[in-house]
Amino acid sequence: MSGLLQQLFNGLVSGSFYALLALGLSVIFGMLGVVNFAHGAFYMLGAFGAFVALDSVGLSWWLALLVVPILLGVLGMVLERAFVHRLMHLFPLYNFLLTFGIALILQDLLRMKYGVTSQPYARPSMLDGAVNLGLFTYPKYQVFVFVFSIALSALVWLVLTRTRVGMIVRASTERAELTQSLGVDVRRWVTPVFGFGIALAGLAGVLAAPMRAVNSSMGADLIIVIFAVVVIGGLGSVLGSVAAGYIVGMLTELGNFYIPSLSQILVFVLMALVLLLRPAGLFGREEGAHA
Amino acid sequence: MLNVDNVTARYGEAQVLQGVSLDVDTGEVVTLVGRNGAGKTTLLRCLMGLHRSMTGDIRFDERSIATLSPHKRCRLGLGYVPDDRGIYASLSVEENLTLPPVVGPDAWPLEKVYETFPVLAERRRQAGTHLSGGEQQMLAMARVLRMGARILLADEPTEGLAPLLVQRIGEIIRTVKEHGVTVLLIEQNVHFASTVADRHYLIAQGRVVESLDNAEVRQREHELLEYLGI
Ligand SMILES: Nc1ncnc2c1ncn2[C@@H]1O[C@H](COP(=O)(O)OP(=O)(O)OP(=O)(O)O)[C@@H](O)[C@H]1O
Ligand SMILES: [Mg+2]
Repeated sequence: MSGLLQQLFNGLVSGSFYALLALGLSVIFGMLGVVNFAHGAFYMLGAFGAFVALDSVGLSWWLALLVVPILLGVLGMVLERAFVHRLMHLFPLYNFLLTFGIALILQDLLRMKYGVTSQPYARPSMLDGAVNLGLFTYPKYQVFVFVFSIALSALVWLVLTRTRVGMIVRASTERAELTQSLGVDVRRWVTPVFGFGIALAGLAGVLAAPMRAVNSSMGADLIIVIFAVVVIGGLGSVLGSVAAGYIVGMLTELGNFYIPSLSQILVFVLMALVLLLRPAGLFGREEGAHA
Repeated sequence: MLNVDNVTARYGEAQVLQGVSLDVDTGEVVTLVGRNGAGKTTLLRCLMGLHRSMTGDIRFDERSIATLSPHKRCRLGLGYVPDDRGIYASLSVEENLTLPPVVGPDAWPLEKVYETFPVLAERRRQAGTHLSGGEQQMLAMARVLRMGARILLADEPTEGLAPLLVQRIGEIIRTVKEHGVTVLLIEQNVHFASTVADRHYLIAQGRVVESLDNAEVRQREHELLEYLGI
């Protein structure tokens, strides 16, 4: 029993990364109509950002958690202004070429500098050690990751559903042109939303640095699963992306434990089932994306 | 107030507006009448800046707005009700009302909107698309009043509504007019048009072919209906 619970908890922890990444991917898709194949690369940049900041200027992990996502968010906004916004009226193939190209460039730049070996990153001392969760003890850091990502997802959800900015994002996601003709300058919001999604990916990367291998391919390994998560949750549905992130995390960990040989394909089996039974995704709505 | 001058528009190779010119004066209610496919919706989209291949000039208060983007036109006081009503599923009724910024001094406060349309008050927390078709149309018009637009551009607001609701839309348009808001209305129902409007433009094949007053519309109702294929 406690073994099963422990697996489920492992799932919630890896699901935390899926949720944060899928959330950003989903908001970006909703607002720009762009599928960002570079999302995993920004997750990797987040982890490397934490590593480089510590290595070169001794920036603590806590500060990196704040600074690295902001810098990556700014980089995202620059890329949006320079390239991504041009995709809006182009054939979808260009979307793939541009964002996948950005991913490959970023990945290979880091591979040139650091090779393929993983960089070491120590846990922040405050989160070292274990906590007793009653039925089992668990690494404090992992508990923090889970609580932090749940809190952040909830915050994003509150902003989306309860604030004027959130309302504008929902309206633009559902019908950009109509929103424009109702006096809202949709284009002004597109750049910050893209930057925000990228910052979330970077933040997931900083969270990953102390517990995952920091190397140039860490994003590429994850991105396929993230796409499956977004499809399962319902393309453009923020709540769906987060929920599906945790569901997929738990499913994968349970698979690892009980049927290791199949664990890699379980996600895609779930995705196929969801597409068959609910083509718009678990939380998707047929007529359009929503919060 | 609104001057449309020789406006043309294409969809790819097909030219659907062949040089439309018309004028709407302050305080007037003017309708655009024409068969299916005559180009009425396209013209309204041109006025809002939603059609890319437009040529010609549009002036609002003597100022050319032909190159302004849609949100700027809205902020000058153009209140748009698209042919599908433009109600958001992911926004509550109240959010649907308050999404547009306030653009004019005569903007209705929310309380006044709710007093005039009690059904919207009752359902303020529900998703916009949970309303019935008639209620959604009311919501779309109320939204224009809430933002304080100076001209209402409504694309067939009575389409598909039961007679009682058509009457209600008529009342709303009269209320809008009493509040000093100018109206340009697309309408297939010529009888209804003659009860709410001051003047009418007949559009055919992307051109204004006639300008009619209410007496002429009533006199020629049968001929017009036949012409419109209704
Ligand atoms: N997106 C489009 N692509 C190509 N052609 C279009 C498009 N939208 C409209 N058309 C064509 O342009 C012409 C004018 O259409 P429009 O919708 O403006 O007419 P309308 O007068 O509003 O008609 P209705 O009374 O049916 O609403 C029609 O012949 C229509 O087939
Ligand atoms: Mg039409």
